[in-house]
Amino acid sequence: MKYKIKTFGIARDILGAKEVGLEVNGNQVADLRKHLSVHYPALNDLNSLLIAVNLSYAGDDTQLKESDEIVLIPPVSGG
Amino acid sequence: MIKITDKPIDIQKVIESATALGAGGLNAFIGTVRNITNDKPVRWLEYESYESMAVAEIKKIVDEASGRWNLLGHAISHRVGTLKPGEIAVVVAVSTPHRKESFEACQFIVDELKAKAPIWKKEVFEDGEQWVSAHP
Repeated sequence: MKYKIKTFGIARDILGAKEVGLEVNGNQVADLRKHLSVHYPALNDLNSLLIAVNLSYAGDDTQLKESDEIVLIPPVSGG
Repeated sequence: MIKITDKPIDIQKVIESATALGAGGLNAFIGTVRNITNDKPVRWLEYESYESMAVAEIKKIVDEASGRWNLLGHAISHRVGTLKPGEIAVVVAVSTPHRKESFEACQFIVDELKAKAPIWKKEVFEDGEQWVSAHP
């Protein structure tokens, strides 16, 4: 499946763009995580990496659709 | 009112938005940019947010706070962009019938916002920069 992924903060620095298209084997958040971990190993060094789908934090078993708004959320630091 | 803004935050406006006639207390937290991190002078901070989700997450936090305390009014404004030491990054204001719950609710919202809202800051030093909390 092909997904459009938006990035912020250090995740944008690591992926090198605000938005990237990724061809992922599988259709769950866990599959996307595996893909990211292999292709962008610097993500593995972060304190955490959450994935938001359609404006909510999504668990690993969440099903992804190509039309979803998928965003990488590295450790937040507001305030 | 829940707002992410790239303009300086008007504290008075935030407080007015949180005011309620039935309240005996309004509690406001003002978060400011510190000029030092681990003994290193900070030149400025770069804030950014995933705005639509940040507003949605803060709304969830306020809803949760409303379930625990009698919130009569609330207003939260978070700044993004380039902020220098001393500038205001966030203002959280809540009104409740009595003061004790205003302190508790305000602290809860600030703590949860810092933990959950998709907002990031990068510290810029004399000799480099780093995304806050990104690495162990």
